[in-house]
Amino acid sequence: MNYIQFLEMRPEISLLALFVVVFVYDLVARGKWRHYFHPITCILLMLHCAVCLGESYREATLFSGMYLTNPMIGIVKTILTGGTLLLVMQANKWLRSAHTTHKQGEFYTLLLSTLFGMYIMISAQHFLLFFIGLELASLPLACLVAFDKYRHHSAEAGVKYILSSMFSSTVMVYGISFLYGTTGTLYFEDMAAGVNGSPLQIFALVLFFAGMGFKISLVPFHLWTADTYQGAPTVVSSYLSVISKGAASFALMTILIKVFAPMVEHWQIMLYILTVASITIANLFAIRQTDLKRFMAYSSISQAGYIMLAVIGGAADGMSALVFYVLVYIFANLAVFGIIETLEHHTRSSVSRDDCNALYKTNPKLTLLMTLALFSLAGIPPFAGFFSKFFVFMSAFKAGFWVLVFIALINTVISLYYYLLIVKAMYITPNDNPIKPFNSSKYSRISFIVCLAGILLLGICSFVFEEIDKLSYGM
Amino acid sequence: MEFTIFILALPLLSFLILALAGMKLPHKVAGLIGTASLSTVTILSYVTAALYFGAGRGADGLYPTLTPYNFTWLPFTQNLHIDMGIMLDPISVMMLIVISTVSLMVHIYSFGYMKGEKGFQRYYAFLSLFTFSMLGLVVATNIFQMYVFWELVGVSSYLLIGFYYTQKAAIAASKKAFIVTRFADLFFLVGILFYGFYAGTFSFTPDVRLLASAGIVIPVALALMFVGGAGKSAMFPLHIWLPDAMEGPTPVSALIHAATMVVAGVYLVARMFPIFIEFAPEVLHTVAYIGAFTALYAAVVACAQTDIKRVLAFSTISQIAFMMVALGVCTSADPHAGGLGYMASMFHLFTHAMFKGLLFLGAGSIIHAVHSNERAFMGGLRKYMPVTHITFLIACLAIAGIPPFSGFFSKDEILAACYDYSLMMGVFMSGVAALTAFYMFRLYYLIFWGKSYYEGQLALFNKGQISEKPHAPHEAPLAMTLPLIILAAVSCVAGFIPFGEFVSSNGHAYAIHLNPAVAISSVLLAVAGILVAAFMYRKGGSKVVLTVKVQSKKFIVAAYHRFYMDELWIFITKRIIFRGISRPIAWFDKHVIDGFMDLLATASQAFSYRIRRLQSGNIQSYCIWFLHGVMLLALILIFLV
Repeated sequence: MNYIQFLEMRPEISLLALFVVVFVYDLVARGKWRHYFHPITCILLMLHCAVCLGESYREATLFSGMYLTNPMIGIVKTILTGGTLLLVMQANKWLRSAHTTHKQGEFYTLLLSTLFGMYIMISAQHFLLFFIGLELASLPLACLVAFDKYRHHSAEAGVKYILSSMFSSTVMVYGISFLYGTTGTLYFEDMAAGVNGSPLQIFALVLFFAGMGFKISLVPFHLWTADTYQGAPTVVSSYLSVISKGAASFALMTILIKVFAPMVEHWQIMLYILTVASITIANLFAIRQTDLKRFMAYSSISQAGYIMLAVIGGAADGMSALVFYVLVYIFANLAVFGIIETLEHHTRSSVSRDDCNALYKTNPKLTLLMTLALFSLAGIPPFAGFFSKFFVFMSAFKAGFWVLVFIALINTVISLYYYLLIVKAMYITPNDNPIKPFNSSKYSRISFIVCLAGILLLGICSFVFEEIDKLSYGM
Repeated sequence: MEFTIFILALPLLSFLILALAGMKLPHKVAGLIGTASLSTVTILSYVTAALYFGAGRGADGLYPTLTPYNFTWLPFTQNLHIDMGIMLDPISVMMLIVISTVSLMVHIYSFGYMKGEKGFQRYYAFLSLFTFSMLGLVVATNIFQMYVFWELVGVSSYLLIGFYYTQKAAIAASKKAFIVTRFADLFFLVGILFYGFYAGTFSFTPDVRLLASAGIVIPVALALMFVGGAGKSAMFPLHIWLPDAMEGPTPVSALIHAATMVVAGVYLVARMFPIFIEFAPEVLHTVAYIGAFTALYAAVVACAQTDIKRVLAFSTISQIAFMMVALGVCTSADPHAGGLGYMASMFHLFTHAMFKGLLFLGAGSIIHAVHSNERAFMGGLRKYMPVTHITFLIACLAIAGIPPFSGFFSKDEILAACYDYSLMMGVFMSGVAALTAFYMFRLYYLIFWGKSYYEGQLALFNKGQISEKPHAPHEAPLAMTLPLIILAAVSCVAGFIPFGEFVSSNGHAYAIHLNPAVAISSVLLAVAGILVAAFMYRKGGSKVVLTVKVQSKKFIVAAYHRFYMDELWIFITKRIIFRGISRPIAWFDKHVIDGFMDLLATASQAFSYRIRRLQSGNIQSYCIWFLHGVMLLALILIFLV
């Protein structure tokens, strides 16, 4: 066996090593060493990030074609890892609070194993490996959702998540088995030859897609989202909304391009319907939410709809738009969730929109970041979110879906309304006792600065998008 | 030449430092940071010029065009992309010298002039921002980068005019300047877009064949760009913002509204000159006629103003118009055959920046001493302010075109170019030049000669008719007189620079030679203008003045009110545009556009209320919905597609 080839799996191997180190550290560290657990994990993650970033990736396949790596996949893995790093930094205070500090190690190991699952999921070229990756990315997440298990909401969210996750996995496996039955193979490349659009295969496509739709939380497979996001620890909701969603979207797009290319008309119609439904219905629900986390859940559903605009063309520029969108979305959403997290930690209760009233008076910097992040989510120039939305719209427009783009544009107006509701609450609505001034932890502050830089610079620094654009591929 | 990046980086850095941390710094430190960075920039600019011109001409007899930096910022297509970079060619290097010199002088001068002002740090921050933007404008590698910095220059001008933001007049002036120039810039932008679309590039050296095939569009695009330039360079009828811009601190007027920013329009036309001369000579000649009219108009108005800064403002408008005329009368790119104006215009830009900067700084020194802009509070100041007096006189001689001061040489070239074009134009511009000498010396005699306001007040005080003892006017501190002396020295010798060796319309060396007929006649006219001014104003309130005033009262009043141009603009905007266009649009916006948005809002609220049951919190029903969704999609895809 040629062991050199394992070097192509640099991110996976490095992540596995990180996992083992964190696991063993958790077992042996006592006393003051426990105290250093968080910084050490952050530093190790940063190193891992550097390894992922590293030199450019080659195109290579391993394990008789089951595993693929190429520059684009490398970039996506780096983006996911970077997002995870920011997230772990924001989790600092929560992890150190009395009821979670003793299970810090659990948090890291669970988180890292889901990340590993996502790596596998986006690199897989075989449905079996893909499914293993997907499950590895889902099951530990259920534990994370129920991490505050003595808190009623968290436990309930965990149960809801695991049950619906199992349900959707079952549906997906059912679809994959149909595909296997009709084509006789599980390899993506071989399968494409056997895909012909027979009714059974259409059914299989829908079943498979429903499973992915669950991960990305598209309407009507989204119903778990609001309850889970609200109940789960904020850090985990944040993880679900950006990292998990980003990985699944990318995997979905590659599979649609690679396996279902002959059925492009079918899945385009399906995506069309689901995109309109997701954006519109999520927006309508978001208007009525007052709990910030629940609100962000619906916001993330509608954002998922926008991501699907990039997928629908199936072309190379769609892929670069998707990756750029996910990148920008990570910064903006992590900023919002991070702020919700610090507010929650400070007030020791869940945060509603009314709690934010007149926040500007007491915490101007935090408010400013929140405002900018919301602007970016709503797609207001010159923030990064405007550019990412622009590229997504462009790719759908080029593919000829201009009615869809128009509907999406109208929906951005609606989304602007509910994002601005929060901004209005923070700046304009008077409040006699707003949340008192406080300092967030150093780690959160660093991550906030990174997020701010991302929101402000990603759009203006055009070379970021160009770099991504060079590496993308499509049908 | 890679170090040229610091010419841009240093002012930007100093702006960022002063803007972010300025208020925490003591005044002196803030001023020193700004001045130190500017001194370095000035040294670098001179080094750049020395290296650039020192390297000599290439094999083709031209100075090479260097681009030490250029990176693609926003690509649209393969050819059409917006770049950001640094380009060095004879005129941009010349502009680097002008901008950095005047800016440094103003930085030093402001130490004395702005001493103790509230917002001293903010002032230096804005000066740095302005210098950065102006330098970026001149070294732009393409028209779009120029536009970006063009707007930045506009913003910094706006900020500096409105520096005293508690005074109503300053706020109104800054808004007026911004809106008028911005209005003109709209045309500029449209011109750029036309140009970019048809030439397929934003660079200054487009594919000539593409331009030739574009037909009438290129002249239109260039004319639109000129409107932008006319806005910034205060050409009639877009000149109305410049006199009001004098509400800013006087050093700012010297830097922005006399030496650098206002010549951006001239620079723009010079930059596009090869395309103008090749594809749109008619547009270029139109520029000449607009310039000639503006020159006369501004010179006449300058004769009737009483605020000394306003006189200088109108004189600036008139002089910039001279530069525009010089560019406009060019008929070919060969300096020996009808292309002399290009060199003359750039030469005059150079000398004018120095002596007009000097005039403004001198005026600042006077205002500093008597605490007023009105000439009524001056008179007889030559005894009290000797340095200011001498330097001001040198500047007046320079602008009047008396040899051997710098203005004589550059203005002489402009007049020669005008006579080359047509006799009419030459005679007309000679007349305006004589008028220039007249109004400048009118100003000079009113300030430094005649009855002294201070002595009059002192006499009244001694008689006991007023209770407060007036302050004697005094010479300004060294920080202010030093820049005056330096600029005066430059104005004395700048005329002897063999300017044509460095800059000419086709890039080849051109030896300046004086045309004796033009030179003698223009000097005689200037001397005549000065003598008339001396005769009328030297003693102050002579009988001649009174009779002239009575004889042509209506005309003088009209000229004082700038021939009611501002009133005309107010009428056009308030009566015609606001009532006829804006109100219907506002109605449409309020009722139709907002109405649609309101409908959207109401509909989504109502619908959102209806469907809230979907989210029951019940996991069984979630699964049911999930399955329904799957079945529905499958049915649609199998049976409907």
